[in-house]
Amino acid sequence: MLDDVCLGFVLLGITAYAVFGSADFGAGFWDLTAGGARRGARLRGMVQRSMSPVWEANHVWLIFVLVILWTAFPTVFGSIFSTLSIPLFLAAVGIIFRGTAFALRGQAATINEARVLGAVFALSSVLIPFFLGAAIGGVASGRVPVGNATGDLVSSWLNPTSALIGVVGVLSGAYLAAVYLAGDSERAGLPDLVRAFRARALGMGVATGAVALAGLLVLRSDARDLYDGLTSGGGLAMVLVSGAAGVATLALVYRERYGLARFSAAAAVAAIVVGWVLAQSPYVLPPALTLAEAAASDATLSAVVIGVAAGMVILVPSLWWLYRLVLQGRLDQEYEPLDQRFHP
Amino acid sequence: MTFTVFAQQVVETLPGGGSNPDTVLARQMQALSLAVHIPIVCFGIAFPAMFLFVEGLHLRTGNPTYKALAKRWSKVALILFAVGVVTGTILSFEFGLLWPEFMATFGEVFGIAFGLEGISFFVEAIFIAIYVYGWDRLSPRAHFLTGVPVVISGFAGSFNVIAVNGWMNNPEGFDVVNGKVVNPQPWDALINTNMWHELIHMYLAGYIVSGFIVAGVYAYAWLRGKRDHYHRTALVVTLAFASLAAPVQVVVGDWAGRTVAEHQPVKLAAFEGLQETQAGAPFTLLGIVEIPKMLSILAYHDPNATVTGLDSVPADDRPPVGIVRVAFQTMVMIGSGLALLGTVFFVTWLRRHRLPRSPWFYRAVMAAGPLAFVALISGWIVTEVGRQPWIVYGYMRTTQAVTSVDYLEIGYAFLIVVYIGLAAAVYWLLRRLTRRPEVT
Repeated sequence: MLDDVCLGFVLLGITAYAVFGSADFGAGFWDLTAGGARRGARLRGMVQRSMSPVWEANHVWLIFVLVILWTAFPTVFGSIFSTLSIPLFLAAVGIIFRGTAFALRGQAATINEARVLGAVFALSSVLIPFFLGAAIGGVASGRVPVGNATGDLVSSWLNPTSALIGVVGVLSGAYLAAVYLAGDSERAGLPDLVRAFRARALGMGVATGAVALAGLLVLRSDARDLYDGLTSGGGLAMVLVSGAAGVATLALVYRERYGLARFSAAAAVAAIVVGWVLAQSPYVLPPALTLAEAAASDATLSAVVIGVAAGMVILVPSLWWLYRLVLQGRLDQEYEPLDQRFHP
Repeated sequence: MTFTVFAQQVVETLPGGGSNPDTVLARQMQALSLAVHIPIVCFGIAFPAMFLFVEGLHLRTGNPTYKALAKRWSKVALILFAVGVVTGTILSFEFGLLWPEFMATFGEVFGIAFGLEGISFFVEAIFIAIYVYGWDRLSPRAHFLTGVPVVISGFAGSFNVIAVNGWMNNPEGFDVVNGKVVNPQPWDALINTNMWHELIHMYLAGYIVSGFIVAGVYAYAWLRGKRDHYHRTALVVTLAFASLAAPVQVVVGDWAGRTVAEHQPVKLAAFEGLQETQAGAPFTLLGIVEIPKMLSILAYHDPNATVTGLDSVPADDRPPVGIVRVAFQTMVMIGSGLALLGTVFFVTWLRRHRLPRSPWFYRAVMAAGPLAFVALISGWIVTEVGRQPWIVYGYMRTTQAVTSVDYLEIGYAFLIVVYIGLAAAVYWLLRRLTRRPEVT
């Protein structure tokens, strides 16, 4: 029971990170693909403006996942971080580059400085979700055995399932980001940017769905247990929910209802995370380690439940206030294309 | 479970010491990452209290200079917070990447502290964003109040992280049965006896380091003739915070030393390199001047107290003496100097109601920032290298905690390059910020 609650916290953290964190990565994706300094300046200005007040809080969900994992499921944490050390180290280095470059770009004084910092920020925004997705693929396809680096250091994350989840991670982030940025642009009264992000959201929504569907074939040959879990019972239900939410989002974006699309897009991503966990249940490290075996002692689990519950009393209203201020536009800075301040 | 659970009984049959090359590399990587993160944490701890104080002056007087200063500082704080977020993330990754056995064995004992730290960190991230982006968008009073959670969560975050470090040095809250860690009591592990002095020592260090570093910037400006109200306020506020903390730090340091003498006598012996257990142990200043009985006085407030020597434990259980000793002396000497500098400032301020006039005072303040940084790192070297060869003092050796992954040197080299880039970028940014004219 307590172990289920703690698994629920991990799930909450991964879902929130997959919704909020990957939207920030996706913003980096659009920054990367925005074109030359002049042509991409308007898009990049919007990315900078939208992300600034929220990306740090969004990032904390990752830390939340790690601390719950190592407290409530310590052997899982030790096993994952030793066997999957390569993609996780690369993701960590990417996180340094991304956060620093983004924070510094706001202070750049010349277009060349902004260009270099922007490239570092945007490139790492694409690499981090790929490596994190690849790590999840290693776990989901049963390539992480219990123990200190007992799995294969390379094939645990360089394999078809990891590649698939890595790519889906990048694409779904870009999809979420486009939906959010379209909404932000509408609020800022910038119709050309609304159109630009709307087109990107529609294109990326279709692309993500197509890759995810085709990916089922990859899972069928590479990770049969996961495939079976996703095509039956609770796993299947969540896949269908995700698909339905994805289609609904496309319809809402098409009809320019970005406020609602924000939530349905998030639901599509959240459902797939829940589906993955249901698909590999009762294992946390398939094919051997079950949730009950992985869980820490009850004293620790109840401490985690008390700690998180007490924390949520403070956190939930704080987060609610932050997002409300953001969505009301009260923290919005004045919009300027990214190259504007270099052309007085 | 293929994870081996190490406890003392098992430990004694295993080869110990810090000679394992992977352990040395892993320790250096961890030390490098901590040395990058900890100075930034100092700003997270102390800077919000400073800009909030200045904003409070603005609310009381309505003087726009105060607002300009608070705004400027809060923007610097947000960027340093961003760097702290990413360098702190690396640390949490490294716990698993470098020390999976430690995490797998003891995570359930000490992990809750990090859970609470995660929540404090969350609150800090939310409110620092609202504070910095909320200038002129919230009512002045509401805006001021959004800064309060930033200060509180900075303290709560330190509390929880230091609790883990205190626990590693003085582990409690679990039992060892047949070489297995059982019956974890996470709340006992969280509130451990070592935590209080470490917490207060570090919290004050945050004010001293960030206070003197920022004061140094304005002292430089002062010497170059920038003595208007804006610069004067900046100098006085930062000096006041640092100067209040510095003399108190001497007292807290004494408390810390006595706690170490009680719980980790071998670590204390390493402070002096004391080989044999003896009554009335001396302390050798700068490695040259021997002060008779001083170590006994420092450790027990009694000139004739018996101090445990390094020879009380087998060679394998002793920390590296040279580096701990040099670091301890460095910390104590710089700390005393900073306490003196703080006292000079306060005496002048209280008796003459002005800043000292001698240019040497300002030169000393400029030097104090970097020196405080050196003292901070030295203090952590004393705690962490002095804890060796144990990762969990008396229960698990660092060599038993380390990852089985090879080729750590590749990651290490990579990380060094990343941090050099990071340091260059932050330096570039801070220079840029100090050059830009103030906007009111």
